[in-house]
Order: sequence, then structure tokens, then C-alpha cells
Amino acid sequence: MELNVLIVDDSAAIRKILMRVLAQTDLPIGEVHEASDGIEALKILETKPVTLLLTDINMPNMDGLQLLTNLRAHPNWKRLSVIMISTEGSQSKVLEAVQLGAKGYVRKPFTAEQIKEKVLASLKASGEC
Amino acid sequence: MQQETIVNAICEAAEEVFATMLGAEIVAGRAYTEENQPGERPAGEGLVALIGMAGSWVGTGMFTCSAEFACKAASIMLQCDYAAINEEVLDAVAEIANMIFGNVKTVLEEELGPLGLSIPTVIFGKNFSTRSVGQQMWTVVPLVSGGEPIQIRMFLAPQRGRNPEIRHGFVRPYAVQCD
Repeated sequence: MELNVLIVDDSAAIRKILMRVLAQTDLPIGEVHEASDGIEALKILETKPVTLLLTDINMPNMDGLQLLTNLRAHPNWKRLSVIMISTEGSQSKVLEAVQLGAKGYVRKPFTAEQIKEKVLASLKASGEC
Repeated sequence: MQQETIVNAICEAAEEVFATMLGAEIVAGRAYTEENQPGERPAGEGLVALIGMAGSWVGTGMFTCSAEFACKAASIMLQCDYAAINEEVLDAVAEIANMIFGNVKTVLEEELGPLGLSIPTVIFGKNFSTRSVGQQMWTVVPLVSGGEPIQIRMFLAPQRGRNPEIRHGFVRPYAVQCD
């Protein structure tokens, strides 16, 4: 089954790097969508099927934690695998993300291997692969 | 907030970002402080990425580099060749600054409490200088990476206290006339 991914980050550079990293994994990556904040992400989710969401925390309009809260409150999206990718490294932020249901947390700067590892772990945990 | 704490946080964050995202080593020069002077700027074209910080302490972080370094860094990060500055190169530099100051923020928060970071702004051009309003003491960390000079500067000060004469909830005292 193909994995459709949504990358949410206000940095176009990070979105480009993550798209490249995903393309280099052995996973059956299908469509990859991009959003620059949580509001854009929710609009995409309304019309596109997504299996995995990679999101930053600090973004304008709607940050990653608010996005996560919205996802968990929605019947269609509450089981979506979400991995946080952020410069926020404090224990409290990581804990908050985990309590909101994030399946993984990667601190920036990141290596391709770290992203691949978290994606695989998250998908295995949710039975997607 | 000790100067040494800021310098160490900047050096460690820069080292990690350069090693992880660029596969590059940095050599840190001797850090110093300066009072709101323009400081050294790269010869020729240059870039400055600015990030604001706010919370119980407020300040600004600046990442300065040459156009050559910016193009090299973007080429490595985005795995594309960039011979000249464009939007993608500016995005890459903005993200380098964001990651450095984001990690510095995480370290400083242990002592200062929660801090917020602004979205980075990148300025590119020739023969420009920057200046912040007021008298501030900047911490300056000069670095070299692959022969290219880089400068990371940061200013941080306690948030100014509220004016005790202003009532809580009102920006200024005002009068309302009702007929």
C-alpha cells in the first residue's frame, strides 16, 4: 500500500529536504503534499488521503501542537501517524507532543537516517508496514 | 545571564547544525562583546539573517555570511547547484539561522524561562549595515567554515517592566464621554 505524506513546515528548505529524504527511503511513498502551516495542512487533509504527517512546531497561523490537537479531535484524522520535526528540544514540548499523540519526535538539525528511523518506527507502530 | 553561557550555547548549536546539515566543521574565533556597532561585514555581497526573541527576556539573533558561503550551504542542504543567490538560497540560510538560534533558545530557556522565536528575515545585498535602536551589548561569535567567515551575534536583555501607573489591561489612560 502506498504511503501518502503531508509535510508541514514554514521553511521551504526543510520541506524540500524532507521530500528528498522520503524519496530515498525504501518505503512505497505515494503522493507527497506540502503545507506551510497548520491551517494549510487541514485544508489539504480535507481533500487528499494522507497516511503520514511530518510537522514542525513553530509555524505562523497554526503551530504544530495546535494542528495535532485538531487532528486528534477529528474522527477521520485521529489515527493519522504524526511525527514532529522541530528545533524545540525542551522536555516539556516533547512531552506535550507525545501526550497529544505524536508517534515520533525529531529535533532539528536532523540526519536523513534519523528521519527514516522515526518514519519506519511510526508506521510499524500503527500497522502501516 | 552569563556571557559564557550564551557563547557556549551559540558555539555548540552552530557546530551541530553545520556538522549535521552541511557536513562541515567550524572553527570558532574569540568571542567578544560590542555595544551596538555595525561590526564587520563580509566584503562584497553579504547576507544577514535576523531572528527575534521574546518572553521574559527579549533580544535578537543575527547570522551573517557571504554570498559564496550561502550558495555553498544551500547547494549542500538542498542538493542542487546554486551559483547565485535566489529565493531557495535565502530560505536555506534562514533555516540555518532558525536551527542555530532555536537550539540556543532551548539551552537559554533552562535559565530564563520560555522564549519565543520570530520567523527569520534574511537580508541580502551589497554595502549595507545594520543597526538596532537603543544601547545594547551584543555577544559576537566569529566563525570560519571552509575558509569562509561567518558571524553569529546575539543580544538578550530582560523584558522591560510594566509602567506601574498604567492600569492593567489599558495601554494608556483615556476618558470616555457619555451623552
